[in-house]
Amino acid sequence: MAEGQVIVGLEVHCQLDTKSKLFCGCSTDYRNDGPNTHVCPVCLGLPGTMPLLNRCSIEYAMKVAKALNCTVLAESEFSRKNYFYPDLDKAYQITQYDKPLAEGGYLEIESDEGGEKRIRITRVHVEEDPGRLVHMGNAERGRYSLVDYNRAGIPLIEIVSEPDMRSPREARKFLNKLRATLEYLNVFDSEKEGSLRVDANISIQGNERVEVKNITSYKGVEKALTFEITRQKHLLRRGQKVERETRHFLEARGVTQSSRSKEQEHDYRYFPEPDLRPLNVQSWVKGIVLPELPDARRERFITQYGCSLNHARTLTGDLRLANFYEEVVRPDMALAALADTWISDTLIGELNYRDMSIDMVEPASFTGLLGLLRGGLITDTSGIEVLRVMLDQHLKGQPCEKPLAIVDRLDLRKVTVAETTGTQSEGSVPDLNPVIQSIHEVLAMQPGAVEDFRNGKKGAFNFLVGQVMKKTRGCADPAEVNRLLAEELKKKEE
Amino acid sequence: MGDNEICFETDDRYNAFLTTCKKAPHGPGALAGIGVAVKDNISTKGIETTCASKILKGYIPPYDAHVVELLRNSGAAIVGKTNMDEFGMGTTTENSAFGPTLNPCDTGRVPGGSSGGSAAAVAGGMVRMALGTDTGGSIRCPAAFCGIVGLKPTYGRVSRYGLVAYANSLEQIGPMGRTVSDVSDLMQVIAGYDRRDSTSYDRPYTHIPCADINGLRIGIPRQYFGGGVDPEVAAVVTRAIGRLEGLGATTVSCSIPSMEYALAAYYVICTSEASSNLARFDGVRYGPAADSKKPWHEAYQEVRRANFGTEVRRRIMLGTFALSSGYYGKYYAKAQVARMNVKQDFARIFADVDVIAGPTMPTIAFKLGEKSDPLSMYLSDILTVPVNLAGIPAISVPCGKVNGMPVGLQVMGRPWEDERVIDVAFAYEQECV
Repeated sequence: MAEGQVIVGLEVHCQLDTKSKLFCGCSTDYRNDGPNTHVCPVCLGLPGTMPLLNRCSIEYAMKVAKALNCTVLAESEFSRKNYFYPDLDKAYQITQYDKPLAEGGYLEIESDEGGEKRIRITRVHVEEDPGRLVHMGNAERGRYSLVDYNRAGIPLIEIVSEPDMRSPREARKFLNKLRATLEYLNVFDSEKEGSLRVDANISIQGNERVEVKNITSYKGVEKALTFEITRQKHLLRRGQKVERETRHFLEARGVTQSSRSKEQEHDYRYFPEPDLRPLNVQSWVKGIVLPELPDARRERFITQYGCSLNHARTLTGDLRLANFYEEVVRPDMALAALADTWISDTLIGELNYRDMSIDMVEPASFTGLLGLLRGGLITDTSGIEVLRVMLDQHLKGQPCEKPLAIVDRLDLRKVTVAETTGTQSEGSVPDLNPVIQSIHEVLAMQPGAVEDFRNGKKGAFNFLVGQVMKKTRGCADPAEVNRLLAEELKKKEE
Repeated sequence: MGDNEICFETDDRYNAFLTTCKKAPHGPGALAGIGVAVKDNISTKGIETTCASKILKGYIPPYDAHVVELLRNSGAAIVGKTNMDEFGMGTTTENSAFGPTLNPCDTGRVPGGSSGGSAAAVAGGMVRMALGTDTGGSIRCPAAFCGIVGLKPTYGRVSRYGLVAYANSLEQIGPMGRTVSDVSDLMQVIAGYDRRDSTSYDRPYTHIPCADINGLRIGIPRQYFGGGVDPEVAAVVTRAIGRLEGLGATTVSCSIPSMEYALAAYYVICTSEASSNLARFDGVRYGPAADSKKPWHEAYQEVRRANFGTEVRRRIMLGTFALSSGYYGKYYAKAQVARMNVKQDFARIFADVDVIAGPTMPTIAFKLGEKSDPLSMYLSDILTVPVNLAGIPAISVPCGKVNGMPVGLQVMGRPWEDERVIDVAFAYEQECV
């Protein structure tokens, strides 16, 4: 490993998307309800209550373990992690310590150098989420905290990687791949607030490592690590030492901040949870069936639809996007290539711009739009315009028009000579093809450019094409405009 | 007073009760109309449950322990909550934050502990039966000291759901009563599987005591009659075992070498688990409130320092120490090994004998205040803790007196053979009472 190499390992906590909590029957669907409404004696840790393990959460965790190529241990065990904090109602967290559910796997990501790279997974274990503190008041006065135990007992899975990542970008890719994998398994909902939390271990080769806690978003990981690398490199450049410590990421400011040193000295006094029996799940392993995972689907997209590697990676990197793609091309396989570029390049950009999710787009409408493009009814430029109208209508909660209706309302049909000859038979005053008409108008308005063209200035032609395209509001086929403009200019010369 | 209530207005001279329910509802069933006292570490919906600790003063559970649900379903009337050593930590019931319970046989003496209130309530004639809990002898010791019958069931036979945990891996709820039949009847109601307690087993108890013990093989461990055991107590118990021989049983002497480490292992395990179990009492959710003006960790310290008794604080600190990194292997892990050895010793002996018998306690009930140093109090648990380490059933049945104070005969059985220890106690009781 090169001197100065960045070394990153991650500990990822994800909420498992079960219906009920890890050790009681309370619903996990608490986000839209008032504080302390999804609680019972068990998840409040009332004296005398005992944990009752939710089988489903273990099955979910086993799916994850299997998908991450881990070995599920013949016997695993729950332990108590003892510490005081007001959000922790029992003053211990039930987690797994020296006998985790699974160990020794890997996840493949696209490395910074391109190509696939294996990130080793150290272990996967299950634990309960603590409650949540809500801080009220401000720094000057009335500062106090309220406790909400709705979150207490939500099943979490902790996935620990080996320090195999070499940049913040790789860390981000690892997380994205992990998210995609969990979503393919249908055990995780990344849209839910607070469903993901990351602790990152980061060091510069040959120096102490720093643990950064409290990263709660995918972008946050890249930001926190980038900040931390800069900070550590600065220290080293100035001849100082990087101290082994725990730092907190302050998302709003994009910086990490040293935690009080006391926190590092925590002795959690782990010991086996006496109220739960050891977990023997070997016999379940065979029953755990995995669906198609991102890597397999990516390969299938390449072979079945002829997607490029990059587009296939993008499309299958998000379960909903991949499903959307397949929905769009299902009615007409001939749209596969068009859908590939239009979704990966155009649609994603337009969605991001509007902060919209793919769920908001009706696959059938998108199929319709692609049909219009493929049939040559509209140009690419108009296609983008129609797409924007579709998205904006959805965003504003307006009734959504069909793509064809939008084309007609905005008069975006591609105008061609052939088309106009077709409409002349109506007995109306025969008028010129709108493209040719526009060309005539442009030529009349831009005598200077015409003059320049005649004097051999190539740029003048392109300028005139642009003017015509502008006049036809993008509805003309640029190739046709080129051809017709050249003809008209020739005629004029004659 | 309605037809479905009993009036319970007892003259509680022994401070056996922390709470009494003057009008206790009851219904039809196996225990219809029978007043049952419940130890104050067992959750009772709507009835204050303090574990005899100031830190839970005012805590009214919003739910019933599994055994309390079963009691209610059997028609029993829950007449009150009984005094105990705070959180079960003690052998005398003197460690109650609400004053000691007195022994009805001699009010100058302790009733034993930690289920001293339940034992005194039965021995004093206030109730026919009571629930106790036994972590290291807490049912059997007060049963022996007060001259009543108490059973510590096999670990897992009775659901612990709702029992405020002291040492989860050791403790069981069990029946106490004047007679073996009463104990058996109460056991029938409370035993069985409960899915909310993952350590409970589907082993219901539907036994009618049977006095025929002809051919029974009884193991007599020499450690139960050695140094530290009052010779007079040993003599009474030896005579009692002779009565069992008279009924057709044979005795076999045996040895439990692991007992050398049993007490130490027991105290490491129970204090370790307790240090974790009792951490939740922080003044946030119940009990005397923490000072919300102070930083939370200071407020926690204050509440805990002010509201836990001395013995509880001592055990929390011992357990915290035993689990600390660097000491875990030295104490907690070693204690688990010792525990396995105790289990194996019992398994080996039970391959040859049906039950093991000996005294329940090495002495008669102590005088109030007699056991002032904790170590000598811990030592008095030596004959009861092996049973908890091994998870086996054991009963204490009165078998005579020394200086006018009752002595208990302890009968220990194979796992799940609670019926057999009941039968042996029943045979003795039928023969001698």
